[in-house]
Amino acid sequence: MDKKLEPIVKSVQDKFSATFEEFRDEVHLFLKPEQIVDALTLLRDEFNFELLSALTAVDYYPQETPRFHVVYQLTSIAKNRSVQIRVPVNGSSPKIPTATHVYDVANWRERELLDMFGIEFDGHPDPRRILSPEDMEGHPLRKDFPLGYEEPQFTFNFDEIDLRKPYAKE
Amino acid sequence: MSQIEEVSLDKFKHLVSERALTGETMLLNMGPQHPSTHGVLRLLLELDGEIIVNCIPDIGYLHTGIEKNMEAKTYQKAEVMTDRLDYMNPIGNNLAYVMAVEKLVDLDVPARAQGLRVILTELQRISSHLVWLGTSGLDLAAMSMFLYCFREREQILDIFELVSGQRMMTTYFRPGGVWRDVPVEFEKAVRDFIKIFPKRVDQYETLLTKNPFLLDRTLGIGKLDVATALSFGVTGPPLRASGIDWDLRKARPYSGYEQYDFNVPTRTEGDTYARYLVRVQEMRESLKIVEQALNKLPLGPVRSGNRKFVTPPRSEIGVSMESLIHHFKLWTEGFSAPKASIYSAVESPRGELGLLLEGDGGPKPYRVHLRTPSFDNLAVLSQIVKGHLVADLVAILSSIDIVLGDIDR
Amino acid sequence: MGVEQKLGNMGVVTTTLESVVNWGRTNAMWPMLFGLACCAIEMMSAQSSAYDMSRFGMELMRASPRQSDLMIVAGRVSKKMGPVLRRLYDQMPEPKWVIAMGDCASCGGVFNNYAIFQGVDEVVPVDVFVAGCPPRPEALIHGVMTIHEKVKGESFKQYAEKYKQTT
Ligand code: SF4
Repeated sequence: MDKKLEPIVKSVQDKFSATFEEFRDEVHLFLKPEQIVDALTLLRDEFNFELLSALTAVDYYPQETPRFHVVYQLTSIAKNRSVQIRVPVNGSSPKIPTATHVYDVANWRERELLDMFGIEFDGHPDPRRILSPEDMEGHPLRKDFPLGYEEPQFTFNFDEIDLRKPYAKE
Repeated sequence: MSQIEEVSLDKFKHLVSERALTGETMLLNMGPQHPSTHGVLRLLLELDGEIIVNCIPDIGYLHTGIEKNMEAKTYQKAEVMTDRLDYMNPIGNNLAYVMAVEKLVDLDVPARAQGLRVILTELQRISSHLVWLGTSGLDLAAMSMFLYCFREREQILDIFELVSGQRMMTTYFRPGGVWRDVPVEFEKAVRDFIKIFPKRVDQYETLLTKNPFLLDRTLGIGKLDVATALSFGVTGPPLRASGIDWDLRKARPYSGYEQYDFNVPTRTEGDTYARYLVRVQEMRESLKIVEQALNKLPLGPVRSGNRKFVTPPRSEIGVSMESLIHHFKLWTEGFSAPKASIYSAVESPRGELGLLLEGDGGPKPYRVHLRTPSFDNLAVLSQIVKGHLVADLVAILSSIDIVLGDIDR
Repeated sequence: MGVEQKLGNMGVVTTTLESVVNWGRTNAMWPMLFGLACCAIEMMSAQSSAYDMSRFGMELMRASPRQSDLMIVAGRVSKKMGPVLRRLYDQMPEPKWVIAMGDCASCGGVFNNYAIFQGVDEVVPVDVFVAGCPPRPEALIHGVMTIHEKVKGESFKQYAEKYKQTT
């Protein structure tokens, strides 16, 4: 591990009994959902992580406990270092406290997760879908959501697809 | 196909002020088809006369499902999707993607390929800034800027066409190097561009920098202070115009940027004019990098020799059985990456373009998340337009330089 | 230089009303300023100095659908944008034409997924498809020329029949 990251990891580990993983010099800290706001506040205020670079999730379907990892990628501009926090969330009605009060950027990013993964954020000020149409069903980035592949039209199957393709009217 | 839904105020009640509910202020819809929203952005404006009280962006009109679609393709094939992400900066997106893949599978890139990557990425940065300058000129009623900027942009696109055969969506960078070496005409084409471009930037500046009309519409408009910028995750030129010297090319050099000597232009005002100055200055700096990289460009291979990940050259396939097998395997099945996740970021013309790439041991990425700079840069819009006129909104919007493909993915 | 110097003094020219009207339509066809994605950048290039679409009477891009004759669908159409696109089309006055520019607008292109319409002909009727990702500005200009050819062949009778169906 990078020497500069050691005190940070140590302090988060002591405070929140977090575990960590390492891969190609990147540090992933694993926290529980209820600790995330405190941890982000600590990292922002004491270790200069001013920037929440990315906030996203990974779906490990069909595994259910935990099904999702919510990923917080933090960057410190002053000290030029990064750390990643992962919060495992269960598959049935996934819920996690919002980080909007710590970083404003979390507002839209969390709406995106709500839209794409159906992860709910407790206390979010504006819980609406952001990218998909309002009337859409399902959450596209979940692994059990189909990609929606349509058969391409070639010469050999042109007529067959032509019949069922919903052409627009004048 | 579903119909356009009727929007009622109930949905936005928590986002507008009290006065909107009593009908004192007006709600105005702008977009998604509007000439100055730079694509299909929709804004809901709450107006008190001409003054903006609240601005609620509505995005997703260009949601393409790129992240999901990349999961269904092998590592090599997923790259074509990244071109179409931020379509002002296809080459930069390729760079972000191939660097992420290289980090995930631990692959080295030859020095010549790195040099070529730098040259092309910087040219792309210039062309992206040129489109920005041209279209903001249009928005601010400087029609001729558009024509001048596109003239120079054509020259850059010609260089791209020379090396890759395509004007915009080149997919020229591949994991482990570039597609193939550049043709001999490449050097002359780039040198020609280096020769004329500084004069052209001078011309733009003569037209705009001290132009009273531009000053009137940009000075002190849309101030973004440092605390807001950081909290909203703003990166790139808007952050640098607010006074923070943060450029990934300098802070965490990749692809050999540490060899080149360049400055990171910053301003402290944080207004629309400062963002304009920063970008114009960045074009000059990029050109400096292009020149140095071209002078230093070493000879040698342009693709890694690691046959596990990079296909052998055509000439070898005819004579070596092993090469044939590698070629067949790489193009039918692809290479597999470890079951792990990495985050890698580059500096795109709009800010930090990051990729969270997770492999599952197979030939397809398990999860690709694209941390796109415009998404966060747009989120701050609702903060900085408050209290300005509707006409200023156009200037502010163009000064943060959003690309809808980048936002909606 | 007027047409007289080219042709000599012709005195009276006879032609059919149809061809005069169609000729007029081809040479002042105003496209709608409507960009969706990457293809829109190439559409802008086609408008700019190097390719100069104004040679075909198309320098004027109208931002309002009410003032335009030609819709160039430049880019991918998402499920959220589809209804908006249809409404814009409905707002254009007759006669109107549509060019589907690029692979995405023609058939979905590389994005065969849940979010994109597999061809804009599911949303609006299309007259000319221009292939390419993105099509070069020359290709777009060729598409425009093709639509001009098509317009020149149209007759009043066709229009009349079309309106009988729609009304
Ligand atoms: S056809 Fe290609 S260039 Fe055009 S919108 Fe689609 S992806 Fe972009």
